[in-house]
Amino acid sequence: MGIRTLVAMLVTALVVIGALATQESYKVFMPGLLQGAVLTIEIAILGSLLAIVMGVLAALARMYGPAPLRWLATVYVEIFRGTSALVQLFWLFFVLPQFGVTLDAFLVAVLALGLNVGAYGSEVVRGAIQSVARGQWEASTALNMSRPQMLRRIILPQAFVAMIPPWGNLFIELLKSTALVSLITLSDLAFKAQQMNQNTFKTIPIFTLVLLMYLAMSLVVTIGMRLLERRASLGLARGKAA
Amino acid sequence: MTEQPMVRFDNVSKRYGALTVLDGLNLEIARGEKVSIIGPSGSGKTTVLRMLMTLETINDGVIWVEGEPLTHMERNGKLVPADLAHIRKIRAKIGMVFQSFNLFPHMTAMQNCIEAPITVLGMKRADAEARAAELLDMVGLSEKKDHYPSQLSGGQQQRVAIARACAMRPKIMLFDEVTSALDPELVGEVLEVIRKLGREHDLTMLMVTHQMGFAKEFSDRVCFFHAGKICEQGPPSELFGAPKNERTRQFLHAVLEAG
Repeated sequence: MGIRTLVAMLVTALVVIGALATQESYKVFMPGLLQGAVLTIEIAILGSLLAIVMGVLAALARMYGPAPLRWLATVYVEIFRGTSALVQLFWLFFVLPQFGVTLDAFLVAVLALGLNVGAYGSEVVRGAIQSVARGQWEASTALNMSRPQMLRRIILPQAFVAMIPPWGNLFIELLKSTALVSLITLSDLAFKAQQMNQNTFKTIPIFTLVLLMYLAMSLVVTIGMRLLERRASLGLARGKAA
Repeated sequence: MTEQPMVRFDNVSKRYGALTVLDGLNLEIARGEKVSIIGPSGSGKTTVLRMLMTLETINDGVIWVEGEPLTHMERNGKLVPADLAHIRKIRAKIGMVFQSFNLFPHMTAMQNCIEAPITVLGMKRADAEARAAELLDMVGLSEKKDHYPSQLSGGQQQRVAIARACAMRPKIMLFDEVTSALDPELVGEVLEVIRKLGREHDLTMLMVTHQMGFAKEFSDRVCFFHAGKICEQGPPSELFGAPKNERTRQFLHAVLEAG
């Protein structure tokens, strides 16, 4: 799908939200839902940043780290990939305090979702690095670069382009997973919706608005990643048609 | 005392599992000498270059560069396998040009040529650019300096790759079948650059090639490899004019027939 189609979808979603919000039966829910949406966005952004950091670190540690680091990274990836995000949230929020470590619910949300998605992200990073042609490593070796220099200047910039689409998927996964944080006392978008629904039983307006809001947020992610991809591949693709 | 050879392979072997690619190779290359390696595919000729560039490890023997071990280092009077710091110190004397160019696709011709001088040698950007501009001029590509590899022909890419290797000021240049991936009409421009390099720079050159005409005209010595060993070597006039070994004769006959 082209970026234009995506932008058209996003505009449509926003216009429909706006139009519905003018109606009395929908209007009452808007302030609460928007409040929840802000928290959802905050968790999604911070979680995504943590996921990127963890993904890159874990991938590099697994590929090039000394044995203990490699081992640690593998354990991290397998634990966070092999158990559900919900269980991770519960464990950090309800079990950790039993061992005397109590974390704020917001921090737990960011940590659990970021670490969870970062574990998947490390495989994305690893695959992208391995997809860079062997000749690039050999040329860098022949120019006597050190391993960190090769990675930073030659390999990662090329791997970056290949990473963007799969990271886009992960960010959207993370965005949708934020709904889980309603189960650890946070008033995110999903929590607000459920709460209002229980109080008013206005199921149709509430969940229609919520659906459109999630859609709008994920479209923003998709469009952003497409633009990034287009920009990043510019150097690699430049002149290919020429 | 005679001068140290620039490169010395001392009984070097390379095996992949049960397959022996190089079998006790002994080869000395003098300072400034131009040596061509020819032979059938699978004879181990590319492996010689790749070992010298440290792209392959060796199983036996020692490789020496200017009297210093490359694959090993001296510790308490004994030779032990070299660590990375030692390898990088010696490797700095060697540059390589590849069959498939291997330019960095996300960098322009100029950026390709200044990357390692800045990051590895610590040169100032302006100095690195000045040197790269000279080298791009030498390979006849001054006007293409802001082009990306994908915007250049194969011959132009290979010439940039030669400039990029020269920018590190190596003493030894390795050419691994550098015209094999090129369309026939582009081979000449690359060979011309190598000739020029040989004339104008004080470089020791070691090349694996299928261009018999070029090997004959350009080299001081030609080595014919067969089954992981040097089967015959000598000045091009002798090796091409009056090969002594039966296998050399067969190979040259087959190659010249095809050419």
